[in-house]
Amino acid sequence: MSVELGHFALIMAFATALMQTILPMWGAVARDPALAGMARYSAFVTFGLVLFAYIALTLAYIGSDFSVANVVMNSHSTKPLMYKISGVWSNHEGSMLLWVMILVLFAALVALRGGGMPERLLASVLSVQGAIACAFLLFIILTSNPFLRLADVPFEGQGLNPILEDPGLAIHPPMLYLGYVGFSVAFSFAVGALVHGRIDAVWARFVRPWTLLAWIFLTLGIAMGSYWAYYELGWGGWWFWDPVENASLMPWLMGTALLHSTIVMEKRDALKVWTILLSILTFSLSLLGTFLVRSGVITSVHSFASDPARGVFILGILTVFIGGGLSLFAWRAPSLKQGGLFAPVSREGALVVNNLFLATSAVAVLVGTLYPLVLETINGSKISVGAPYFNLTAIPLFVCLLMLVPFGQSLAWKRGDLIGVGQRLLAALGIAIVSILITFAVTRGGPVAAPLGLGLGVWLIAGSATEIISRCYRRGLSWKVVVERAFGLPRSAWGTALAHAGMGITVIGIAATAWGVESLAVVAKNEPLAVGPYTVSLEQAFKRKGEGFREDVAQFTVKEGATPRGIIESSKRVHTGREMPTTEAGIVTYGFGQLYASVNEILPDGRVSIRFYWKPLVTLIWGGALIMALGGAVSLADRRVRIALSAKNKRALALRAEAKA
Amino acid sequence: MRRLLALIFILLTTAPLWAVEPDEILKDPRLEDRARALSSELRCLVCQNQSIDDSHAPLAKDLRVLVRQKLLGGESDDAIRAFLVERYGEFILLKPRFSADTLVLWIGPFALLVLGGFVLLRTSRQNAAGKVEALDSAEQARLAALLNAKDQSGSSG
Repeated sequence: MSVELGHFALIMAFATALMQTILPMWGAVARDPALAGMARYSAFVTFGLVLFAYIALTLAYIGSDFSVANVVMNSHSTKPLMYKISGVWSNHEGSMLLWVMILVLFAALVALRGGGMPERLLASVLSVQGAIACAFLLFIILTSNPFLRLADVPFEGQGLNPILEDPGLAIHPPMLYLGYVGFSVAFSFAVGALVHGRIDAVWARFVRPWTLLAWIFLTLGIAMGSYWAYYELGWGGWWFWDPVENASLMPWLMGTALLHSTIVMEKRDALKVWTILLSILTFSLSLLGTFLVRSGVITSVHSFASDPARGVFILGILTVFIGGGLSLFAWRAPSLKQGGLFAPVSREGALVVNNLFLATSAVAVLVGTLYPLVLETINGSKISVGAPYFNLTAIPLFVCLLMLVPFGQSLAWKRGDLIGVGQRLLAALGIAIVSILITFAVTRGGPVAAPLGLGLGVWLIAGSATEIISRCYRRGLSWKVVVERAFGLPRSAWGTALAHAGMGITVIGIAATAWGVESLAVVAKNEPLAVGPYTVSLEQAFKRKGEGFREDVAQFTVKEGATPRGIIESSKRVHTGREMPTTEAGIVTYGFGQLYASVNEILPDGRVSIRFYWKPLVTLIWGGALIMALGGAVSLADRRVRIALSAKNKRALALRAEAKA
Repeated sequence: MRRLLALIFILLTTAPLWAVEPDEILKDPRLEDRARALSSELRCLVCQNQSIDDSHAPLAKDLRVLVRQKLLGGESDDAIRAFLVERYGEFILLKPRFSADTLVLWIGPFALLVLGGFVLLRTSRQNAAGKVEALDSAEQARLAALLNAKDQSGSSG
């Protein structure tokens, strides 16, 4: 019964989303406050209905209702509760429902916090959100309905794919979607501004927290996905330039550019037209990512044909929103007033350069991802574009950008003093160069790029530290005053420094992969094998039964010199039910590095064919990403960012201004 | 989620064997290094998006062995690449060769960077010069009238 109610709620949600699209926009254009006021309430109702539908589906999963086709395909009565709940988004239909739920959640949040926004802007923003929701709700109802019942009810479900049974899966997709879909708010704000023909610093203040929020989630989602692939795939790589990864990296790059240009707009009322364009492009890339993955057009041209309805439908959505957004931009943008002049050497100028590099690298990733598809369509030639291409195009762009970051961070607004900044950064540069030299002296082998990469990371961290220190320390100040000043710095300054330092930490982790060691061998019992600074030896190979699987385990002892450093085990696992074999990698963390074991085969004579990696500093890659996200969160907590959200504060400020007058 | 589908595909379509197996490794470390570098740029044709170095599909193993045999036979990297392209087509190269087909691919991003930089430089020059637009004839007339009026009031005062 609840399944039918959920199904019905989804259809109702389409109706209310349609209302949310049409009435407020009409109200905004015709300046009818009653109609415009409909926006908020319809956003709440739409969210309530989609949430209801989502809960109904989740309940069907928890209760193992095998009359629902979607539950049969993706669940099993013996699954732990966590995987029953995460099973909802482990498949196409359920994950689209999650996508829409997050979309309407964002609309409802905008409606909730938007009390201080101009009524007409709020109405048009929510109207655009409603239009996106309409399109995707229709997509779900017509082509990907998770509520379909089966006539013949099976006794048991087919179970979840074993590699999806992982805490990583439980959090990774919702994070990624919160990021993807979060950029829809920026898109809606951009379209709203274009409809109005008015855009100013206030607009930027409203849109910046949402962009920041989406960016934080996307950063976390990408990092988590990367770590998950690293331990689950079992060959030790953490980024493969796979189309599915690129699909999430492109909106991240463009979104990072957007984040920076919004700052310029908020502070200096400049770069307006560009910021609007970036808002549209960022969400377009999110939509494109959804399309690439959902239609299967990239992984194989044939899966597109196997279910043309879905692919064509999403392509239609893509055309309407990207095409519509860009057309509206082309039509209305010339009427927007550019403001805020600045000298080329200034914080604004630096942020423009940042935008140039980020947007170009996003384009490089886009071109590399879509090129084989486009070329095959044009003249039938089949080519591959893989990791080597991206390493030669996107990576140099990243490196150039990162080298410039500390300069940009230290320049003053409006007109900067490059020589002064250079002097201030001299110490940071010195630290970076010294660390490069030390690394060259200490390490042997590995590519030349590795110490340079490490130096780049140090340069970013030292540059961020310089910025903070120079803002709170002056010669002659007592330590107490310095600490007070440090606490008194705006949180967004700390956020920026943290995020940039986090990037530096990630860069160091990436550079250190060059010193990784790989040992593969067939070893007998107690036969030592050297892996970097460690020696491993096979302790035992045995069979084991676990909950829902049986496995062949190879267990090794780890020694550093003569000191025992614990055990590490890797196994070949066969999951009951689907009878699918997987390799479970063994990972042990020493300091910031990891020892990684992946069993190839346990031979009948008791010997084990095994692959070991020593990956120094590898955890810094994801640790840095966490710090970047933390930096974003600290910025989000800045009073000046939040103040835009709070109507009460705004009124208080107005009162104070009146009192002064 | 996206990656999951990729994973499922990889795991379903490939045998549970490993990439670069111990018995494949060449004795000469320099040749082995070349083999690894070369095979990381060759696509496993039956996999989704993996090089033959990463893949554990049987075809990838055959190709790895083939590459190593040719290296032992003293062939150059380019000769081996050319041989494989002739046999399997350009599709096997993960790093596409520079040609008319791939012109946009290789030049595009950098051309965009240069173009973007050029546009930025120009706009910032204009900004720095404090871009003043020329007055049209109507504005000229008004300016002249104002100046005249000022002159007159100045002389009378």
